[in-house]
Amino acid sequence: MKPGDEISLTVNPDRYTTVRYAGASGDFNPIHIDEEFARSVGLPGRILHGLWTMAQVARAHTEAFGGAAGPASLAELSVQFRGMGVMEQEITVRGTVEEVEGDTAVVRSEAIQDGRRIVRNARARVRVLPDSGD
Amino acid sequence: MTANAEAIGKRYEPTTYAVGREKIIEFALATGETDPLHLDVEAARTAGYPDVVAPPMFAVVYQRRSVSGALFDPELAIDFAHMVHGGQEFTWERLAVAGDELTTTLTVADVSERMGMSFVAFATESLNQLGETVCTGLWTNIVRTPA
Repeated sequence: MKPGDEISLTVNPDRYTTVRYAGASGDFNPIHIDEEFARSVGLPGRILHGLWTMAQVARAHTEAFGGAAGPASLAELSVQFRGMGVMEQEITVRGTVEEVEGDTAVVRSEAIQDGRRIVRNARARVRVLPDSGD
Repeated sequence: MTANAEAIGKRYEPTTYAVGREKIIEFALATGETDPLHLDVEAARTAGYPDVVAPPMFAVVYQRRSVSGALFDPELAIDFAHMVHGGQEFTWERLAVAGDELTTTLTVADVSERMGMSFVAFATESLNQLGETVCTGLWTNIVRTPA
């Protein structure tokens, strides 16, 4: 791993993504699972949980850099949520290795849907295995 | 109505969460994880873990009880109708494993006004049954002040 290396993950949330995530996470805010309620508060419809989208950002890192350490490679992740994600529209997570120092790499990333950055200024610290090359 | 700045530093009663194997699998599937460490007990044991390993973002599950308690604290007076989740940070010292019992403590880290918005941030720390830190978090909520 070296500065400038890039990661990418594409995911297509289907129309039941928020229902499954509500059950799995315990976040039953109706703006995510009730179309009528979401519209009644001025949203275009049900929207994705920001933390589901953050989980896709996390997965982009652990799948790209995990190696043998797998999910334990992710030491830190911070994100800002902006705008809103919707279902049935592709999301792309893109990241770039900013620096590598010792056994830690810093990666900057964002999640984009239909040209909108729904997660921005994401910064991760990833534990690098000693034998993972440059 | 904006949140109450005098609440900064307020600490809540810890909450405890027992990490279950099927809950980890359910969460992993709902977030698109395919690593067998999350899904297959044998694969996790082969890799040296006692049971399936929680994805890092499973932190939202074991910290939720603490976060909900603070969000609904009348002293904070959060205006839910205008609240959005503005940002999230997690630091992982180790991953939770099925069978762990995690205790989470939450402190109000920030209540402030900037650019016509209120920021309410919660700092969380989760320890396992051995007293080891598993995960710390910073949950930032933004409340837009009605015009």
